[in-house]
Amino acid sequence: MATMNMIQALNSALDVMMAKDANVLSFGEDAGYFGGVFRVTDGLQKKHGLTRSFDAPIAEGGLVAVAIGMGAYGLRPVVEVQFADYIYPGFDQIVSEAARIRYRSAGDFTVPITIRTPYGGGIFGGQTHSQSPEALFAHVAGIKTVIPSTPYDAKGLLIAAIEDDDPVIFLEPKRIYNGPFNGHHDQPVQAWSKFKESDVPDGHYVIPLGKAAVARGGKDITIVAYGTMVHVAKAAAEESGIDAEVVDIRTIVPLDIDTIAASVKKTGRCVILHEATRTSGFGAEIAAQVQETCFYHLEAPIERVTGWDTPYPHAFEWQYFPGPARVIEAMRRAMEG
Amino acid sequence: MRNTTKLTLRVPVPKHRPGDKPDFSGLAIPEPGDARRPEIDSTARDMADLAFTLVRVLDAKGHASGPWKPNLDAETMRRGLKAMLLTRAFDDRMFRAQRQGKTSFYMKSTGEEAVSVAQAYALDRNDMCFTSYRQQGILIARGYPLVDMMNQIYSNARDPLKGRQLPIMYSSKANGFFTISGNLGTQFPQAVGWAMASAYKGDDRIAASWVGDGTTAEGDFHYGCTFASVYRAPVILNIVNNQWAISSFSGIAGGDESTFASRGIGYGLPALRVDGNDFLAVYAATQWAAERARSNLGATLIEHFTYRAEGHSTSDDPSRYRPSDEAKAWPLGDPVERLKQHLIVLGEWSEEQHEAAGKEALEQVNAANKEAMAYGTLGENKLPSASTMFEDVFKEMPEHLRRQRQQAGV
Repeated sequence: MATMNMIQALNSALDVMMAKDANVLSFGEDAGYFGGVFRVTDGLQKKHGLTRSFDAPIAEGGLVAVAIGMGAYGLRPVVEVQFADYIYPGFDQIVSEAARIRYRSAGDFTVPITIRTPYGGGIFGGQTHSQSPEALFAHVAGIKTVIPSTPYDAKGLLIAAIEDDDPVIFLEPKRIYNGPFNGHHDQPVQAWSKFKESDVPDGHYVIPLGKAAVARGGKDITIVAYGTMVHVAKAAAEESGIDAEVVDIRTIVPLDIDTIAASVKKTGRCVILHEATRTSGFGAEIAAQVQETCFYHLEAPIERVTGWDTPYPHAFEWQYFPGPARVIEAMRRAMEG
Repeated sequence: MRNTTKLTLRVPVPKHRPGDKPDFSGLAIPEPGDARRPEIDSTARDMADLAFTLVRVLDAKGHASGPWKPNLDAETMRRGLKAMLLTRAFDDRMFRAQRQGKTSFYMKSTGEEAVSVAQAYALDRNDMCFTSYRQQGILIARGYPLVDMMNQIYSNARDPLKGRQLPIMYSSKANGFFTISGNLGTQFPQAVGWAMASAYKGDDRIAASWVGDGTTAEGDFHYGCTFASVYRAPVILNIVNNQWAISSFSGIAGGDESTFASRGIGYGLPALRVDGNDFLAVYAATQWAAERARSNLGATLIEHFTYRAEGHSTSDDPSRYRPSDEAKAWPLGDPVERLKQHLIVLGEWSEEQHEAAGKEALEQVNAANKEAMAYGTLGENKLPSASTMFEDVFKEMPEHLRRQRQQAGV
């Protein structure tokens, strides 16, 4: 057991898998010698060799395509896309190829690849370093989408993603790489080392994909969140005095609706939280499924707290980012409803 | 002084449209022997001239000559000829099946058979082919059962792809044939990835991929060339320049400005421009590139200069955008006729044998078709079980798909 922030936990997952399986390799822009702009692949080239952790051309379409070819051969490549905002040139390869190759070939060829990419706002990254594109991937049949919220989960989920025989989009909430963020941007950043979720085993362990976690127990209202917003949800629960249960879904697809529904049936109220734009955001899907499964248990309309339907505005980050104040407002509406 | 000329926008147009008399007299066609055969360790720069000429072996009379003449025995050439005849007969039969309403779609490779068949012979059977949609000759040359191809085209109960794919989008890992996409060019950089994996593992298999002249405009073409060059991937990157991308002539993809082969030079990829209707030239160029790839010298870009003798697909009517007799006027002839002529010149083939071989191909195709039709066709709605529709989205079916299958009641 060691104390790790999320970057170290992800690095450890890659290190463990590369040591365990010669078919695992990692590549991406600046991800080789230098170890990635966020240092997630730091030291892997030195330890595992040049052909197992290397730098790649600035061509996300090429990165994904090459990984698909490697996957079809039988390797388990892990690609780093430097920012989720840069993933769109690779979108055709993800949507039309990686997601469909098992299906269209009736299992003749498979694509066991993992595409890691930092996503989300709260770092003053502007339009091209802040987006949350998870709903775009969730809409595509044949890929899994994973978002961790703690160092412990990050390592276990990344190992599960690499070992998975299907393509996985692994979105890393970059705002909480170094410490949890409760949405109070005016407060000093707290390091992960102060939290128990930074206790990470050194070796191999797996957190199964498709299983949500209850990040905070409560009985009055359910907040459904993932990534950075799990910590905002927990802060809102503490500050509001409302005994909220926070469900961290961890995997966007496949969605563990059973855990969400069990919580909503218990509390009768539901607030859904994400950083991404509202319209057709993944919250809409969660809301629809909660309505389908919990309609007769609901005491109030389902609330969504999300980013606004604008491009990510650089200077107005904190008006855009759904912080605790907006979450608490929604919780109160749901409690009154 | 500032230039005061008004700017003008240029939109390229083909030389001939419907009603025009096709005239290819302006096309420079080198003789066999004109193009030199460089050492396999040559650099792109050292052999840049080969991107602007045509590697040819067979002349108009069927004689083989020049440094590219491969040492193919007569039996191999006869087998190649028969595989091309079989491909052509298969194409004709499946085109008719679509017209008869037995399937939704078909694409012929008429006139381009040498590209796929000769390349299949030049590659090892285990080399992985990432093809576009007009390389059915590879599967046929490798002996993949015609009936399985037809089952796929008919989406019937024995369709290896369970009715999920548009006709002709075959997949056969056992035959080194990667699942065809239908999105253009995506397989080009994937082949590079496969080749990189083979190199990473210290394997001896190489990859090959095919795109058309039109698809060279896609970003995927650029990705493929870049990664192939950077990582010296053991891959053969083929451009089948058949002059037409549906209704757009090759100039719309930039073919008027430079040869497609020359695209390779900027990436540092040795490039060959080959007479694509010359079985022996295609074989020789592919063999050269394969040897290079297997020697850790990296990728080669090959432009196969050929002509799409028929429509793009069953949904296309080429007489609406090009002269209907343009195929006949194509100065590089027909690949089947040219190899036939060569074998006759060698005294290894005759008109009678050719006729008999054509008949045999037809019988083979008809027998396979009879069998495939017995398993059903899309037209008569004899399909695989719809419950399989929910399988293979993921390795293991997640709960939401299980529930949806229940809802669908299949």
